[in-house]
Amino acid sequence: MSSVKDWAAPNPVTENRSGIIGKGVDRYEGKLKVTGTAAYAYEVEPPSAPAYGYLLAATIAKGRITAIDTAAAEASPGVKLVWTHLNVPRQARRGERINPRSQRPSNPALAGDRIEFFGQPVAFVAADTWENARAAANLIAVTYAAEPAVLDFRASLDQAEMPQGEEDVLIGDFEGAYAKAPAQIDETYFSPLQNHVQMEPCATTAWWEGDKVTVHTSIQMVKGGQHSLAETLAIPSEKVHLLTRYIGGGFGGKGQAYDDLVLAALGAQALGQPLKLSYTRQQMFQATIHRPAVSMRVRLGAEPDGRLNAFAVEAITHCARSAPFVEHAANFSRNLYAAPNRLTGHRLVKMDIPHAGPMRAPGEAPGMLSLECAMDELAEKLGIDPIELRLRNEPDVDPETGKPFSIRQLTECLNTGAQRFGWSRRNPKPGQVRDGRWLVGMGMAAAIRGNFLLPAKAGVRIDGTGIITLRQGMTDIGTGTYTILAQITAETMGVTMDQVKIELGDSEFPPAPGSGGQFGAATAGSAAFEANMNLRKALAELAIGDPNSPLYGGDPTYVTFGNGNIAIENRSESLATLVSRAAPEGVYVEGAISPAADARDYSQHTYGGHFAEVGVDTVTGEVRMRKMFGVFAAGRILNAKTAKSQVTGGMIWGVGAALTEGNVVDNRYGSFINQDMAGYLVPTHADIVDLDAIFLEEADDKANPMGIKGVGELGICGAGAAVANAIYNACGVRLRDFPMTPDKVLEGLMAKGL
Amino acid sequence: MRPFTYERPTDVAAAVKAVAATPGAKFLAGGTNLLDLMKLDIEQPTHLVDVNRLPLAGIEDTPQGGLRIGSMVTNSHLAADARVRSRYSVLTQAIVSGGSGQLRNKATAGGNLLQRTRCAYFYDPSKPCNKRHPGSGCSAMEGLNRNSAIFGASDACIATHPSDMAVALTALGAGVETMTADGATRSLAVADLHRLPGDTPHLETNLAAGELITAVILPPAPPGGQVYRKARDRASYAGGLASVAVVGNQVAFGAVAHKPWRAEKTEAALAGGASAVEAAHAELAGAQDNGKNGFKIALVARMTADALGQASPGRGA
Repeated sequence: MSSVKDWAAPNPVTENRSGIIGKGVDRYEGKLKVTGTAAYAYEVEPPSAPAYGYLLAATIAKGRITAIDTAAAEASPGVKLVWTHLNVPRQARRGERINPRSQRPSNPALAGDRIEFFGQPVAFVAADTWENARAAANLIAVTYAAEPAVLDFRASLDQAEMPQGEEDVLIGDFEGAYAKAPAQIDETYFSPLQNHVQMEPCATTAWWEGDKVTVHTSIQMVKGGQHSLAETLAIPSEKVHLLTRYIGGGFGGKGQAYDDLVLAALGAQALGQPLKLSYTRQQMFQATIHRPAVSMRVRLGAEPDGRLNAFAVEAITHCARSAPFVEHAANFSRNLYAAPNRLTGHRLVKMDIPHAGPMRAPGEAPGMLSLECAMDELAEKLGIDPIELRLRNEPDVDPETGKPFSIRQLTECLNTGAQRFGWSRRNPKPGQVRDGRWLVGMGMAAAIRGNFLLPAKAGVRIDGTGIITLRQGMTDIGTGTYTILAQITAETMGVTMDQVKIELGDSEFPPAPGSGGQFGAATAGSAAFEANMNLRKALAELAIGDPNSPLYGGDPTYVTFGNGNIAIENRSESLATLVSRAAPEGVYVEGAISPAADARDYSQHTYGGHFAEVGVDTVTGEVRMRKMFGVFAAGRILNAKTAKSQVTGGMIWGVGAALTEGNVVDNRYGSFINQDMAGYLVPTHADIVDLDAIFLEEADDKANPMGIKGVGELGICGAGAAVANAIYNACGVRLRDFPMTPDKVLEGLMAKGL
Repeated sequence: MRPFTYERPTDVAAAVKAVAATPGAKFLAGGTNLLDLMKLDIEQPTHLVDVNRLPLAGIEDTPQGGLRIGSMVTNSHLAADARVRSRYSVLTQAIVSGGSGQLRNKATAGGNLLQRTRCAYFYDPSKPCNKRHPGSGCSAMEGLNRNSAIFGASDACIATHPSDMAVALTALGAGVETMTADGATRSLAVADLHRLPGDTPHLETNLAAGELITAVILPPAPPGGQVYRKARDRASYAGGLASVAVVGNQVAFGAVAHKPWRAEKTEAALAGGASAVEAAHAELAGAQDNGKNGFKIALVARMTADALGQASPGRGA
């Protein structure tokens, strides 16, 4: 176990005396956001009037800039500076690191004449207004020498190579067992490239005071952004003050800094004036990272009773030539179903398109679209209910490592979901249920997502009025981090929510790893819990050692906190009274968390079951959701409302993955065909009619002192597969190419004579 | 920035005169398309004449038994009008299937007719497009053209007209009234308002410079059922993959051509006693597959046959 204090058992979060933990309390910053007073990075008021920047993007996929004419731009009204690779201020070379402890290396902007992808920034203009900056940027004439580029993933699958250091995982004899299996499934599934499409684009407001730069930027990792900028500018990291208080969506796409951060800082320095720089909506598509397309071959060899004997999940994906990244689409399958003979692995195609990178549930989100459909295909082949097939392959220990599970409630998720959803209404024979021109069907899928905890710190201070302020270099990307930290603090300190303040997103606060990989709540929350426990200890010692306190001389073992008071049995005083008398300057302590020593001894995951009902329009091939229900097991739930929003949001994203979402590279240009929200289709309200989710009771005592786990990624995992399986059950059309748009469904209907 | 001037007249003749007198001037109505295109530097007006204060926002009964819809009536109001809902339900169905609630609150009857294509290449100034730069080429022709035209396209352009409302108006045999630059009024059929691309895809309508649509005229509704069907990638806020408007025996298609497509061969086949399926195929026999949009041919045929059956349940399939 980690460092939970021995003297605090049961710990206050587990005990939950005031019932704040788990309650669906409103968002801590909700009022600011809905009233438009939460200042996002671009909206932060700098100390003096800012200049405005604009980025010009490359219009070829690969090659070299042979000439770049900026004369007209420089002469354009309001222009303050125009930078290209020829005159941008000196930055550290890409990948350089001055400080060996820096979390991120240098990432210079406009670093040379090489073009590595369509949309790569090639020039930067700063002007008195955004409109003048944009108009000037459009006057820059760039001449390119284009080179042949690899742009077509599907045509390049045979060029895929094993990623460096990532051997396949082979257990038993897959090929032998598969060849002998009485029931076989061998299918390949394709999921397309996807964009994050955050509401808030990447943006930075920067200004300098002396040799120190302040940057308000939209980034998921505070330290990563701070270090990346410091290394790029070749200055000590303490000379970069990075703030990211509110973030309008990240989804993994803002795990790194982009050129807005570097050029805003450099531009503000060169001008001696604050500067604002944002990516445009189109640049968000073309010039940030994306989830790569994945081609997944799944082979299942089963006994007639459904038990898997041979199991292979092989993923082919892609990344930019200069930026290695593997979408680990097969990883999840290593922990999901029992099978003695196993093969899992990844292959990678190097391409000349923007960088592939993490996007909500990297690996699981595209990966589960394959296996969870293949299981449906196997269930039908064997005449076994798809839930029953999964239950028959439920492992006792982790099927790859043999480690025990910390806790695994997949069976309970599936059974509870089946009952609540009404799975018994499903006709296993496809194409049987008609409602006017619609064919109606149901599908299900399992969900699994790993749980992690990273090292983090938090600081907490109580002042003489009893207000407790928690500070952490953590981010809230819209998930509810502010709110859960306030709940943990209030419950641990025995105060009401309005006595708690939470301050996040500042590089000068105790560091936390930020938002990503659904590790945020467990990591930041545990550090906050530790800090608050240390504050309890400090206040207990303060009271017991203070002759003026009614607790003076008491036994710290019996100190309790509640109703804003510190007490030993019936002796008590308010925290405000104690602090204002005994420590009028306030009391500040920090706390830290790191993975428990035994963290790697358990197979630790979050689980779920998805259930979907769809209608297929037999005239047009349009698929419309009718109902969706999810059941999840993800440790102790801190906030019923924000946690549910996370999983239902993930489920909705899964609906998008199944039905609408994806981007395509135009192979002539290297650009994406969809570059705005009218072309790149995510579900609208009208697409989501009846959708709900519940959490099972759970506390994972192997996870962290509070028994909590992440929920941010779990909801999307497998969700799209449940929709795809429902389409098949509705109309008998088995598609393996996501998204399942009307043209594809219609082709299937017509092939069946419908 | 590209500087432009702006005025907001209250008199129709003055508005028309202002646009006619200023090279590069444009009318601004709801702004739901023009302002987006200006932000992308695709539309580059020198002068905007805001027509939102013109007295063109009423819906009146005509002596002929139809309706006269002011060109500044918003899509939301038009779709909700009791007379439209009871007598021209195809129009209400079409309008509410377009855009989003917010867009329909701003978009106007006149502006809806004059919105520009949603072809992705038109919206990407880094690509050749004969609409944006005549003679530069058509990127959609050999490109990702899933949403392009199957009727009436040319080598220069395979873009489609995106309006839903215009498809219903075409099936209804509606017309528009305009005021021309010299202050005269004229009428033309909605079916004659838009052009096919030919060699000049940048010319999208038969309106003269400065000519303003002042009203949409609905004739008395012909007998028979009215149905609007739209197939799309998601349930709301998505352009049509294809749409079909049926008004009795009058049929028009949407999202399949550079203009709302009156399915004359289908209508002729119906008049000749053909079944719904035969009648649908009569028009679709002339459709063209440009690569990734071939699915629209079967899609429109199926939707048409189904909509004909729905409009007139007695009609043989």
